[in-house]
This record gives sequence, structure tokens and C-alpha cells, in this order.
Amino acid sequence: MSAEPNTPSPTVAPVLPDGLVVVVKQDCATCRMVVPVLEQLSTSGQPVTIYVQDDASFLGSLPSRADGDLAVSWHHEIETVPTLIRVVDGKETNRTVGWLRPEWEQVSGVAALAPELPAMRPGCGSKSVDPDLADELRVRFTGSKLRARRIELATLEDEIETLYERGWTDGLPVVPPTEARVLRMLEGTSHAPDEVVAIVPPDLVEITVEKVAINAVMAGCKPEYLPWVLTAVQAACTDEFNIHGVLATTMPVGPVIICNGPGTQAIGMNSGVNVLGQGNRANLTIGRALQLVIRNVGGGRPGGVDRAAHGNPGKISFCFPEDEAGSPWTSLASERGVAPGRDAITLFAGEGPKVIVDQLSRTPESLANSLAAALRGMTHPKLVIAFDVILILGPEHARVFAEAGWDRARILAELHERTQMPGSDLIRGAAGIAEGVPESLRDQTLPKFRQGGILLVHAGGGAGLFSTMIGGWLNGAAGSHPVTREVSWR
Amino acid sequence: MTTTILDPTGERAVAHRTMVERPATLSGLTVGLLDISKARGDVFLDRLEQRLTEVGAKVKRFKKPTFTKPAPVDLRHEIASQCQVVIEALAD
Repeated sequence: MSAEPNTPSPTVAPVLPDGLVVVVKQDCATCRMVVPVLEQLSTSGQPVTIYVQDDASFLGSLPSRADGDLAVSWHHEIETVPTLIRVVDGKETNRTVGWLRPEWEQVSGVAALAPELPAMRPGCGSKSVDPDLADELRVRFTGSKLRARRIELATLEDEIETLYERGWTDGLPVVPPTEARVLRMLEGTSHAPDEVVAIVPPDLVEITVEKVAINAVMAGCKPEYLPWVLTAVQAACTDEFNIHGVLATTMPVGPVIICNGPGTQAIGMNSGVNVLGQGNRANLTIGRALQLVIRNVGGGRPGGVDRAAHGNPGKISFCFPEDEAGSPWTSLASERGVAPGRDAITLFAGEGPKVIVDQLSRTPESLANSLAAALRGMTHPKLVIAFDVILILGPEHARVFAEAGWDRARILAELHERTQMPGSDLIRGAAGIAEGVPESLRDQTLPKFRQGGILLVHAGGGAGLFSTMIGGWLNGAAGSHPVTREVSWR
Repeated sequence: MTTTILDPTGERAVAHRTMVERPATLSGLTVGLLDISKARGDVFLDRLEQRLTEVGAKVKRFKKPTFTKPAPVDLRHEIASQCQVVIEALAD
């Protein structure tokens, strides 16, 4: 198809002529049935314009215009044929869909329309909403709103291999971000593609909704995950979370995303069996999309600014929801100031998960002692205060606390109390270990965690007397604060 | 059929810059040393300053507030406007 001079851009909505406008297709029994009505309207003394999506021959001698490329139908959001529209001064003032005599009479202002027809008959789906055509039409009519550089791949080029060769993957194959896929992804948000979301370290590049969508496609996300990804990108690129430092550190940490709210279930996240493992698309691709953004847009790559000595597999993706339905307590997001029932994410700079086994404790005191013993060893048994932790209580451990009436605040208070340690055990050289805190702290009692430094989450499968801890990175202003944000990019 | 994909990167327009000539001598030139605030980095930089001063360079010292975050833009400007030579290094 070659564009002729003065041909309007496909992304600009064609102006509808004043008077009555009807959109029909031959492949619809209701459209064929209303032909006598259309004849009646065309002799009613007002301008009538009929757009036909396919073959116009069924209209006989009635004049019509072709909407074969579906530009009119797409831009004027025709979902059903026939659709009757009243247009005044180029603006739609009224419409009815299908055949319902009183409505057609009201919109057209013509009485006693085709009395021989039944009073009503539902219409058919418009060709412009045909699922088989939807991707193609979206590219045709909205494609030019995308600003990213187009890269044409040769016929014989393997697209998956090309994406590897260009350095755009995390080591696993990515989904090629075609215009059709990116436009479909953008259906997941009402925000404009060119809206700036954040400045992404380490290269400090402005990232738009469109670039996030491209990387979300590559990660394997569905459009309904996009608001979660956008929120995570924005949260990561705050001074508080400090993704630059999280990336650059030699420690094995990466962004861990904890999701809360009813939306986690709506998009099919898994908070139960194997919650931190493989197998759930939403869990895995939301976390992966964030990391692909840091890599591709921010320019943060292993061996470049990413200087991790060992890293951890969670740096490909680490994202999971809290099991709120099964939890005896309020959620992590509620504790961190989000209203109940709202969707939110909490971003944490964390290392790989480590299990805490205790199959014998049946009292809350014993279990708290057990968890505290494991927590004291986190990062290094003699290093304190500088590192936060996510503690994921499995349902069977949570039940021990819940049955004894311990709520979230009580558990946290008991754990903080049980993780106090004498400075004399922690100073450099104590226990024959050079690592430790300065000698000046010998006579103090030191907490393993700062206040608020334990992030308690309820998740996991219903069987197994286990919990899991995820150690953090340097906290505070020099390192990373956990950041909680409501999911706002709908 | 060809496939068209969208560039997932930041598409930064990188201006091509040629490197300046390496100076024949450091004598009389101002050299900037940036301390990234890692423990004992100052010991290393003290020694560098001593060596540079011995060959006649003027040394200016700068310090990032924390090693975990990029140098603030004002500090980068200060270094660029006060020094003719910069020694940039990353170590851990």
C-alpha cells in the first residue's frame, strides 16, 4: 500500500460526516436485516452515510463508503455492527448498537421504522475488534506513537540469537519486542508511552513507559503485570532504594520485590507452594522485567558497574506475593503504611533465600528462640545493625504463633529481644575471629537488627515446618532502605 | 519476511570524543584525586599524592559522600574545572 499525497495519517481519527452514520458488514445477519431501515432513513431528508467493513453488494442501490481498512471503525470504537451514530458539527452526540427499534427511532428522529421487522435483534462483533486482527490493527492505527528505534532483522536472522548477540538478555532467551507485542503490553496501562517513569542508574537514563513495556515484553510479562513493573522501576530508581549501589556492590544482592494486595491474585501470582521457586509466570517475569530495565536502559551489567563477587540466582528475577488470605496477621504493606485492600510493592535489596528448619517447636517461645538463633548468624554472626532481613514465615510456623495469640507486633518485638547480643562477643578478635565490631562497643548490648529491620512476610506451602530468611545489604543512607509504593501505574 | 523489533536500550546518543594528548610531564599540572570514601582509600591516595608532588604536580583532593552512589554532579563539575589531569580508578 503506498500512501498518496494528502492521505490522512492512519493514527488520526477520520472525521465523521454530519447527520446519521451507520457502520455495517455483510457478514452479519442483523446488518442484512436492517437494509429496509437504511432505505427508509436515506429518504428521511437528512444526510445518511453508511460505512461497510466488507462487501457492500448486500446494500443494493444504497450509496455507501468502504471501511475496508477499518480506520473509521477502529478510531470511532465500533464494537458491534450495526452501529447507528448521530453526528452534529463533526461530533458524535448519540449512538445505538444492534437493532432495537425504539433506540433507532430516537437516534434518527424517524418514527415507525420498518414495522415488519422484529422489535430487536442483537448485532454482531465489529471486524475492528476481531481478535485475529487486533494486533495488526493496533500497529496500523497506533504504531507511530512508539518512539523507540526500529531494528529490522534480516529474513535469515534468528531473532532469539540476535537479541543474545546484541547483549540484551540476562542469559536466558527473551521474547522479541515487536511493535504488535509492545502495543499489546501498553494496553496494560492508561499512561502515555512517552511519559517518563524514572531516571535509571547507572547511566542515569530517562526511561519512558514505552521502554519499560519493551523490556516487559522481553521478560515475558502479560499486559496486566505492567503497572506492577512500572511501580517497581520507579521504586528502584529512588535515592532511598539506591539501585546504583545495589548493582555496584560486591555483595550478592539484587532487588527483591514483595507484592501485596488483591491484585496479586487477580494477575495470578503464586504465594503458596514453591512461592520462591520456578513455575509462576507473574512472579518470575515481573522481577525479570525490572532487572532487564536496569541492564538494557540503565546499562548495568555484570563485570561493568555490577561488581558482585558471587551474585545470586535471584538477580535474574526475585519477586513474590505475600499470602494474605491465609495469613493470621495484617500484611507487610499495611505495616508499612499502605491502606488495606490496596495493591503495593515493597522493594528490598536482598541476597538469596535461606531456609530455617524447626520441626519440633510447638510453643511460640521455642520457635522465636529458634528463628532468632538463625537470624543472629545472618551475613556474619559477629556483624550487627547494618543489615535488614526479610523473614518469611511458612504457614505451619505462623500457626504456632497465631494459636498462641501472638500478632505481628508481638512476634517482631520478641525476635528483636532475642537477637540482642553482648558487645564482648562481637568485637574484633572475639571467638578467635578478626571480623567483628570495633573494640569500643565491648561493653554495650547490641541489637542484630535496627528497629524496622525485620520485614515479616507470610508465604509458602501449607506443609513444612520451615521459614526462610533473605539477608539484606548495607542499610541506611549510605546503602539501601526498603521502599514501599502503592501500585499506581494503571 | 523480515521482523522489526524495538530497541530496548536507553538509546543514548554517544558523542564521539577524541582523547587529549598524554602530557609529556606532570610538572606544573593540577592532578585531581577522587576518594570514593571506601575504608583505607585515603592511605592509598596519600601515597599517590606524595609521588605526584615529587614529580612537580599540584594535587587537589576530592571526596565522594559515599562509595555506593555516583559522585554528585557539582563535585564532577568542580573536578573538571579545577584539574588538567584526572586519575580515575576503581578498586575494591
